[in-house]
Amino acid sequence: MTTEIITPIAKFIAEKILKQPSKVISADEPLISSGLIDSFSLMDLALFIEDTFGVRVEDTELNAETFDNLNQLAALISSRKS
Amino acid sequence: MTTLPNLLQRSYHESPDKTSIILQHAGQADKPLTYRDLIHGANRFALTYAREGIKPGEVVILILQHGEDLVYAFWGAILHGAIPSIMPFLTEKLAPEKYRADLSSLISITKPTTIVTYPEFEAEVRGALTEGDSVKNVILTDTIEAETEPNFETLQGLKSSPEAITVLQHSSGTTGLQKGVALSHRAVLNQLNAYSETLRIDPASDVIVSWLPLYHDMGFIACFLMPVLLRIPLVNMSPFDWVRAPYKLHQAVSQYKGTLTWLPNFAYNFCAHKIRERNLEGVDLSTWRAIINCSEPVHVESHDLFHGKFSAYGLKKSALQTCYAMAENVFAVTQSPLDGTPVVDVIDRETFMTQRLATSPVADSPSMQMTSSGHPLPNVKIRIVDEAFNDLPNRSVGEIAVQSDCMLTEYFNRPDATEAAIKDGWYLTGDYGYIAGGELYVSGRKKDLIIVGGKNVYPQDLESLASEVDGVHKGRVVAFGMYDEEEGTEEVVIIAEAESTIPSEQEAIADAIRKHVTKSSAIALRHVKVVDEKWILKTSSGKTARSANKEKFLKELGEV
Repeated sequence: MTTEIITPIAKFIAEKILKQPSKVISADEPLISSGLIDSFSLMDLALFIEDTFGVRVEDTELNAETFDNLNQLAALISSRKS
Repeated sequence: MTTLPNLLQRSYHESPDKTSIILQHAGQADKPLTYRDLIHGANRFALTYAREGIKPGEVVILILQHGEDLVYAFWGAILHGAIPSIMPFLTEKLAPEKYRADLSSLISITKPTTIVTYPEFEAEVRGALTEGDSVKNVILTDTIEAETEPNFETLQGLKSSPEAITVLQHSSGTTGLQKGVALSHRAVLNQLNAYSETLRIDPASDVIVSWLPLYHDMGFIACFLMPVLLRIPLVNMSPFDWVRAPYKLHQAVSQYKGTLTWLPNFAYNFCAHKIRERNLEGVDLSTWRAIINCSEPVHVESHDLFHGKFSAYGLKKSALQTCYAMAENVFAVTQSPLDGTPVVDVIDRETFMTQRLATSPVADSPSMQMTSSGHPLPNVKIRIVDEAFNDLPNRSVGEIAVQSDCMLTEYFNRPDATEAAIKDGWYLTGDYGYIAGGELYVSGRKKDLIIVGGKNVYPQDLESLASEVDGVHKGRVVAFGMYDEEEGTEEVVIIAEAESTIPSEQEAIADAIRKHVTKSSAIALRHVKVVDEKWILKTSSGKTARSANKEKFLKELGEV
């Protein structure tokens, strides 16, 4: 279940946000607090999640306190899908 | 001649109940501040500065986020006659040690006596202080005096001379010496009078809506000092909220009948690409009479994108305007006339590139589009000069020189920099441009400078940062900007020669460069290319030839 969520997001981040398609992002790697995902790209991530999983992440949730790695993001998405 | 504190006093007496600023915070109700609220809040800080023994003319650095504290701390310093300067707050993108180093460097040049910040941030600020430096007070926002009726007889700022320095704007260099642009009351007020006349401002009907940060001239002057001092209501949201929800700008314009906004070029593309229709339901943009493109090279395609996306919501094409501005002239130098759309000058590319002349296009040869930045303000004179400071004719490209009654007093504590920038009373901008039909076309920059999302970055700073990464050949790094049509701004490319030729090791080095440069400069890198030795082209004198390397990079990209 979690892999089904993590894999496409990791791919999206590497290809579209970082523009490094071969980059592997581990599930516990900090994304926001590390500065890996630029604030200008947070919206792209939210829109991708909405289009792919039908789950909304609000703009007030686009911060490291709400999720900071793929595991946490996947948990957030799963909790809203059900 | 009046001063900033005089204007505040007048507003307090004449329109205490008028709304000055509506502060917006994501997830909170909007907070309107009347002039009474504003000046009462500012007075609390002015009393605190007096309590701490801060004298008029001393520099007070404000390290605060968007919100009431920042507004009050700033205007409090003005009422007290101290010189406030707003600094960016630490973000996740920047390494704290780098932030401290920048702050220490700024302290050593600007010599502030006081820093205002939050209790939670005190340790960070103290980490930047050194034994024997100029800072005597770190004032925390939980130690501010209680609210009382302001006493304009005792407020020191009311005694300021119009020639005194009232504010400092720090330039946004990534490393190296920071320059504080020192502006007098007279300069600020001359700019606001001239600019508001050009924009035909009517405080009874105009409303400025802004998400711009206050540590940058566009947000600071056009979207903070001007509205507060001229009593134009301001709707102010945080840049952090806007970047996560750009539609909030449009919603605020609709809700408050906003009329004026300033944006850097990238923001037009950002809004056009990222705002979804569902966030625009019921939004009416018909009151928006000017959205002024400033602080980055203007691309007319960005205006078209923006208009194409939002015309369905009542956005008028004539609202899309341009301006050429700099902190050294307080703000605006030129402004496009608000009754039409900015002129687009189509010129011959070849003549422009080789002879530095903007001439009519020739059939069958490539042309290029230049967007006008408009006419000089009524109080501003412009010259286009060659290297020897001789005037150039119309349509010849040269350096833009500016003279006005709203120029900087000096670069604060930097007589060397002041002397280098001002020649015979003319400020040499370092920008290239030409004049045609009385309008200014800005075409490039004298020094290599990359403007990413409205932020200035010097390539040599990025190159020296990348050189610090293990495995990179010291000094064999080149950085340059590349315009990205999709994003509407320049993106940073770094090419570095590695000691290793193994692809996996080169990839690891590329990763390390990204991390290190971003954390040290708060600039995200779009392309990092690690190459074998001898890839980078140098001039005969051993300097890195940025444009030649850029050409080589683009050629290789095209071949892939």
